[in-house]
Amino acid sequence: MSVIDTIAWFVYLLAAVLFVVGLHDMNSPKTARQGNRISAFGMILAVIMAFISLFVKGFVSTTAVIVLVVGIAIGAVAGVLSAKKVKMTDMPQLVSVFNTVGGGAAALVALNDILTSKGGPTSVVLVTAGLGIVIGSVTFTGSLIAAGKLQGIVPGKPLVLPAQTLWNNVVILATIVSFVLLIIDHSHTGLWAILATVFAMIYGLLFVFPIGGADMPVVISVLNACTGTAVAMSGLAIDNVALIVAGALVGAAGVTLSVLMAKAMNRPLTAVLSGGFGGGNAAATSEGEGPEGTMRETTADDVAVQLVYADKVIFVPGFGLAQAQAQRTLADLGELLKGHGVQVSYAIHPVAGRMPGHMNVLLAEANVPYEELIDLDDINPQFSSANVALVVGANDVTNPAARRPGTPVSGMPILDVDQAQNVVVIKRGRGKGYAGIENELYFEDNTQMLFGDAKVELQDIIAAVKELID
Amino acid sequence: MSSLVVPITLFILALLIGVEVIGKVPATLHTPLMSGANSIHGIVIVGVVLVTADADSVLGYIFIFLAAVLGTMNVVGGYVVTDRMLEMFKSSKPAKGSKDSDKAAAKEEAAQ
Repeated sequence: MSVIDTIAWFVYLLAAVLFVVGLHDMNSPKTARQGNRISAFGMILAVIMAFISLFVKGFVSTTAVIVLVVGIAIGAVAGVLSAKKVKMTDMPQLVSVFNTVGGGAAALVALNDILTSKGGPTSVVLVTAGLGIVIGSVTFTGSLIAAGKLQGIVPGKPLVLPAQTLWNNVVILATIVSFVLLIIDHSHTGLWAILATVFAMIYGLLFVFPIGGADMPVVISVLNACTGTAVAMSGLAIDNVALIVAGALVGAAGVTLSVLMAKAMNRPLTAVLSGGFGGGNAAATSEGEGPEGTMRETTADDVAVQLVYADKVIFVPGFGLAQAQAQRTLADLGELLKGHGVQVSYAIHPVAGRMPGHMNVLLAEANVPYEELIDLDDINPQFSSANVALVVGANDVTNPAARRPGTPVSGMPILDVDQAQNVVVIKRGRGKGYAGIENELYFEDNTQMLFGDAKVELQDIIAAVKELID
Repeated sequence: MSSLVVPITLFILALLIGVEVIGKVPATLHTPLMSGANSIHGIVIVGVVLVTADADSVLGYIFIFLAAVLGTMNVVGGYVVTDRMLEMFKSSKPAKGSKDSDKAAAKEEAAQ
């Protein structure tokens, strides 16, 4: 190993250590921002080291370096612009888009290694770069479709081909065959590499199209793990410690988060990934046995009275709140009530929003202090001592039917909203949630419904509360 | 295949560290975590820089250009958006770091 390679190895190792330290600092909101910066610093170190290696060891063509620098400049501008402009509600799409480009870049590095290496690639390179190509290409098209579904460009409902399983198997087989031929048939390396890329890209489409929009967060998390693995494989191919360790960290993060999310939705990861649910087609199972009783409607004035005279209020926000752009209005109501001496907290279900922890980000944007955002396990024992639970735009995660077997939501961890003395539900209409069943909560004796746009209704409540307090 | 022994060992150990570290992150921070992890795989840009050394064909230039654009967008965008999210997480207690975030807010106002 030459001197420069030894120095480079240790700098990459330092970068990898900084990634681990950065991720570790993410374990508390107090240190998370610093953690992200530590990780970014590691990244800058690694990139600078790569450039130093490039210039010290020399390069074949100046054009290549110019192309590289121009590409980096364009990518940096595109990255900063999209990161600064995105609305917090659209965060899952952006993460998916970044995942798309990351997977694409990993596949390109691997493909480049096979197609342009001098004197033919070694078998180690063929295996690892081949895996990088396949996994990176699946991620590229898969994440693109996932982002499209979340953005509403691609229909969110599961799109299943006739004989979908057959097509899946054919494409998987074709990918594997191209991959194997890539390794053993040294006379047509380029052809097999390109075929493996194409088939893997088709598989990415077949994989994501049949999965419903509501399950996209899990899909994104799984694809994130795939990109990590693809990067690690590219790292094995070009023998770079930073790529290997960083890829493995991301792979571990993706897998861990996917499993956590699937658990929170109470469905095995395999069931989510094989498609189906998530688009509301589970409704058929529950027809004809709707809950008994009637819904009781209420008015904004009445809700204001209940809130002002309460000791303890728990807000239960769902994605409907974000769709109505009413996070700030809810936060204003919370501030108003706190100023009046009412204890206010927010109950956050693990899958509230469009990706895990999304609701926390949306409420943080509305300046709600993170101590007031309380996880499912900690908030559930508190509902029985709450005077009012105010549900805004959340549905399935509050359905008591989940405690009984035999419903599409059975076994799903829910917020025990029905235990509160009074429950007020602000809801746009009488529609059902993603699970496609009626929410039994709405028919309980202690539940009142306020139908309307979340923002408008919350503004009315705020106006009424102000009158009562003054 | 012996040249792969050390790298594969590294890969497996890093996986285990990843699982251990990620498991400790609270649900509150899962979105920034996902976005932050997402920017880390932008490390692929290092790979792009290194393979540039050998590129001397039009095909190679095209690959490097595309990979550089995509990889940099991933890494720069990822870190910036994660920072933007984490900046919003505020405590109800007056934090030590509040001066810092005031500065950031002022900068943002100036930019608009």
